Formats: sequence, structure tokens, C-alpha cells
Amino acid sequence: MSDNGFEPKIVAFLCNWCTYTGADLAGTSRIQYPPNVRIIRLMCTGSVDPTYVLKALLDGADGVLVGGCHPGDCHYQSGNYKARRRIIALKEILKQAGLEEDRVWLRWISASEGQRFADTVSQMTQYLKEKGPNPMKKEWAV
Amino acid sequence: MRARIPVENQDMLAALRGFLQRLLETEVVEAVLVPMETPSGAVTPALVADPALLDAADPLAPVLGLNAARAVGPVTIREPRGRIAAVLRPCEYRALIELVKLQQTSLEDLVTVVVDCPGTYTVPDYQKMRANGGVDRSALLAGMRTGDLASQAGYAFRDACQICENFAAVAGDVRIEFFGADLSEGIPVVLADELAGRLGLEAAPEDGRRAEAVDRITRSRIQARDAVFAEMRGRLEKEGVEGVFAACVRCHNCMTACPICYCKTCLFKSPVMEHEPIQYMAWARRKGAYRLPADTMLFHLTRLNHMVLSCIGCGLCTDACPADLPVGRVFRTVGQQLQAVFEYVPGRSVEEPLPLITFREDEWLEMGEER
Repeated sequence: MSDNGFEPKIVAFLCNWCTYTGADLAGTSRIQYPPNVRIIRLMCTGSVDPTYVLKALLDGADGVLVGGCHPGDCHYQSGNYKARRRIIALKEILKQAGLEEDRVWLRWISASEGQRFADTVSQMTQYLKEKGPNPMKKEWAV
Repeated sequence: MRARIPVENQDMLAALRGFLQRLLETEVVEAVLVPMETPSGAVTPALVADPALLDAADPLAPVLGLNAARAVGPVTIREPRGRIAAVLRPCEYRALIELVKLQQTSLEDLVTVVVDCPGTYTVPDYQKMRANGGVDRSALLAGMRTGDLASQAGYAFRDACQICENFAAVAGDVRIEFFGADLSEGIPVVLADELAGRLGLEAAPEDGRRAEAVDRITRSRIQARDAVFAEMRGRLEKEGVEGVFAACVRCHNCMTACPICYCKTCLFKSPVMEHEPIQYMAWARRKGAYRLPADTMLFHLTRLNHMVLSCIGCGLCTDACPADLPVGRVFRTVGQQLQAVFEYVPGRSVEEPLPLITFREDEWLEMGEER
């Protein structure tokens, strides 16, 4: 692992039913993962307005993780399918706008996948460490 | 069916006014929403119930100050309502279709009359033209016939019109076709048989030159459009969206002018965007400085996310910008890419659902499953 002393900040929007519960399972199972993630619990990824992700990125989060139920498992039937399209649109817009779309990750993590949650946070932390800080962190004129 | 609106003394405007009067007199509709010239010379949509007042109707005025689709919504959105006809340019019709899908307007009891559009001028330019010798409409009509369209000397069409490739009336209950038309026999119109019957219009043959004229203009517009897209992509890549929008003064005019940005209370005008004084201090300390009003880039990126898929390219955002930012160019450039991703053409059909409110289970299956 490269260690350049930079600790990325990840803002995670997790759905109540799957990924948040998966994160909880990681905790109760005593699975270690980096403390770089700040979790915000929502009822469904379908309620993640792109503005939330953008606000975090523009105010200096190094990455944003959106975590929800696997397709077919949404507690509200279709919230995650809609989230999928929104995140695709958001990432495409970020790319077009000259911003770093790879700072936004969407992952399906079920309530039983504590290990997958821990792995995802580890991977993302490592990826962002190598990528470096979000340039927006120092951009005051946005 | 295809018919012709009778024309006397080569007066196209009088012929169109007569057609709209017929709509009222035959009680097809109870009122017509149409651009009207006010006594002081401005052009604005108005809902006209008195046929006599249609003498001030000016559906051919080459000016666009607001997208009339926005005006249709309040009149049609719920019952009880009247039966109305709305005279629209193609971009206004496309905006209307998007607003139907956004549940901001309804096509019930509405007859859409879509008129071929040669291009329009900004309100200030139009006023200047009127003050300095007038607007040469016959040149525009001649250009529509041959497909050799040019703006009046000393003036340019609105930025959006110069790159508009969807200027021909291709949808709507009534389509009024000027492109390629030999107007000596009347103005070509396409409408349902039943409606034509009520208006006393008889079937007329197509004169066959329309496609040619439309093609010719389409080709040159697409060329201009693609040059703008290439230039804008280059700028976005080099400067980023924050560079392109750097001079934004956060007046929200683009949002107000946008026919698609319909939210009654925009997020950016809501208390969500009001923060505690101490919060601004925290941001200022963290970044060293903090632009105020806050969240300028967030505003533009959010607008892109919320409505670029429905952007029909009327370009009123550009005209509304006091800082002369190429808002419409950004939206059209980003929109083209994003609309392609979802294979969506805004304004084409009410049958095509908005990309972000629908989904297929079997798409982007690899997304979110990365390990």
C-alpha cells in the first residue's frame, strides 16, 4: 500500500435496508476497514438527489460512495434502478463538465455483505489515496 | 390531411390571422394562445378569446423572448378549463411535450398549431430592427421557400437558432408549413380530416419542395452546431465547467427563462441553501476563501443534472444571461452526449418516458457490482 500521508474523506450515502445494514454487520462482525468514510443513512438510494453528491464533491469530499440494494432487492421495488440511471447521468455530466467522475462510486451491497462493505471502503480509500486530493478542496471560486 | 390556408394579396399574416379566427368562429376552440403585438410594439403570447383582437396576432414575428410552452401549462393543467389552440414554434412545442411528461401541463382540450420557424432574433435586436426601418419578413419567407435562409443585414439570429436543426414543424395537431412552399396557392397546412372539415378546408396536393428546403437548412445548421459542440467540448475539457461559468453572477435568470426548469420552489431559492453564519466561516477557513453567493457551480451542475436530458435547445437561458455566458451552448453540448446515452430525444413524443423516471431491469448490469 502506498502511504503518502494523505487520508481521503469519503462521504457515503447508504440505503437503510441493505448497505447501511451491511455496514452495521461489518461493525458487529469486527471487520476492520479504514475510518475514512462518513456515512449518511437514507431510506433508499432512489432518494439520492445528484445535488447531494455534487455538494459533497464541490465542498471538498475526496470521494462519494452511493450504496444500495442489489438490483431486484430494493425495499421499495425500484429505487435502486432509478438511482442507477441517475448516477450514470451524473457521472456522464461530471465527465463532460471536466470534473473527475471516478470520485463517485455506486455499489450494490446487501445487508449480509459486511465483508463486501469493508472491502469496498478499503478499495475506495486506497484508490483515492493514489489519485490524490480532490482539486475542488482548494477551489474557493466555485 | 394536407390542405391550404387561402391567401389574399400575398398577405401571409392576414391569412394566418384569418385561420385563427376560423378556429374561434367555428367553435373548434374557445381561445387562441398566440404571439400578439401589444399597442407599444412588443410581442408577447396572449390568450385571445375575441376574434376581432386577432388582428394583432403575429405568429410570424421572428422574435423569441420567452418560451410559450410555459404559458400553456397554467391554462391547461386542470379542469375546469377551456378548449384552446396554442400557436407554437417547434422548440416551444418540444418544450410543451417535455412539460406534459413533467406533469406541468396537459394536452387535453388543446389544439397545438406548430409553425415552421426560420429563426428568431432576441428581444433587444427585434426592437432595434423595428425602430430602424423594420423587420424584413418577405425576405425570411423567401428564404424559407428556397432553403437559403439569412438573417437581416446587421443582425444575427439568436445564438440557439443558428445551431437549431429542429426548426421545421414535424408534429402538432396543425402544422403550418412554409419551407419549400409556393405560397401563391395558399399556405400549406397539415391537420386531421375532421378538423379540416370543420374549418372548411379542402385537400390540396403537396408541392414537393419542402424536403429539399428543410434538408438544405438542416445541413448548414448541423454544420454550425457541430462546430459549436466541438468548440464547447474543448473549452469544457480545458477550463472545466467552473471556468466556463466563472463570471456567473447568480441571478438565476437562466433558470427562470428555462421552460423545463419548472420547480415552483427551486432548491436554490429554498431554505435548504440558507446556512448558519458560522457555517460560512467554517467554509472560508477550510478553503481559505469562499465564493459568495455560495454554491454557484453546484447550481449549474444541479441544473444540468435536473434538466439537461429534457433540454430542447431554445437557448433562452443564453439570452437571459447578463454576463453573456454561453449557457445554452453548454446545455446543448452536454445534452447531446447525455441524450445519446439514454437514447432519448426531448420533445419528440409523449410516449417516450423521461429517462430518469423510468428504467429497465436488464440495463447497465455490471454497474454497482464491481469487486
